[in-house]
Amino acid sequence: MSDPISPLSGARFDGIAHIEEAGPAGMITLRGDLASKPVKSIAATVTGAKLPAQGQIVFGKTGAVAWMSPDELMLFCAYEAAPAGVELATASFGAAHGLAVDVSDARAKFRISGPAAREVMGKIFPIDFAPGQFEPGRFRRSRMGQIAAAVWMEADGSFGIICFRSVAEYAFALLNESALPGSAVGIY
Amino acid sequence: MLILTCPCCGVSAEETEFAAGGEAHITRFGPGASDEEFRDYLFARENPKGVHFERWRHAYGCGKWFHAARCTVTLEVFGTYSAQTLEPPLAIRDAIAARRPGWTWGAAE
Repeated sequence: MSDPISPLSGARFDGIAHIEEAGPAGMITLRGDLASKPVKSIAATVTGAKLPAQGQIVFGKTGAVAWMSPDELMLFCAYEAAPAGVELATASFGAAHGLAVDVSDARAKFRISGPAAREVMGKIFPIDFAPGQFEPGRFRRSRMGQIAAAVWMEADGSFGIICFRSVAEYAFALLNESALPGSAVGIY
Repeated sequence: MLILTCPCCGVSAEETEFAAGGEAHITRFGPGASDEEFRDYLFARENPKGVHFERWRHAYGCGKWFHAARCTVTLEVFGTYSAQTLEPPLAIRDAIAARRPGWTWGAAE
């Protein structure tokens, strides 16, 4: 099999925050009844995490589970582990109504860290990133400039973003612009 | 600018995160509907100055459809509720009646 190539080959930018393209990452879309047994066991086996509450992300030993919508989860895992995860999920669903798809190559993942990370994010998302409003464990799908993106906060206070791979370049350019040196607003 | 709360994912977001889907609670007659009934289903719409019910989709969020009750004059949002319904739930109707005395569901239709 050919080597995985991340959308921007791990591009980086240092401004008022540190921006990093964090691929290749394993991602599995899991759809089905979130209260059902197969969904719980698939998420636990692939990521080692419990199911998140609405609008949350839960980190486990081998990945993370994010709440995407009332019938959809996103499982994060190692890139190499995604195909096996899908196989396991398909087998676990059996006759139950459900869907698991490996979307690792369809998504781009970014990491934004540094003291001004909240500012960089606040400039391009219509979301309140104030401390107390957006804290570690929060997961939110929204709009980043003109594209759809999902954002969450890691335990260390850095941000993760996923968007479609086809718009990865736009996303990176937007983040860079937002993190240009000297562009801090000082609101957070 | 409207701020809507999606009943499916609980997120309060501003208008740009949503996509408007036109008037809610439109009845499709059939099978065997007359030409007039089908015409009205396709084209006849309320255009009220006041309380209005609309379909919205949380396009940049969970992707689900829901209904919203709002005032077209003041842009006040009375509430949002599940799209899996044929008429506004009682809580929404009460909320509207509290803000617009004399308003009743079905009176404008």
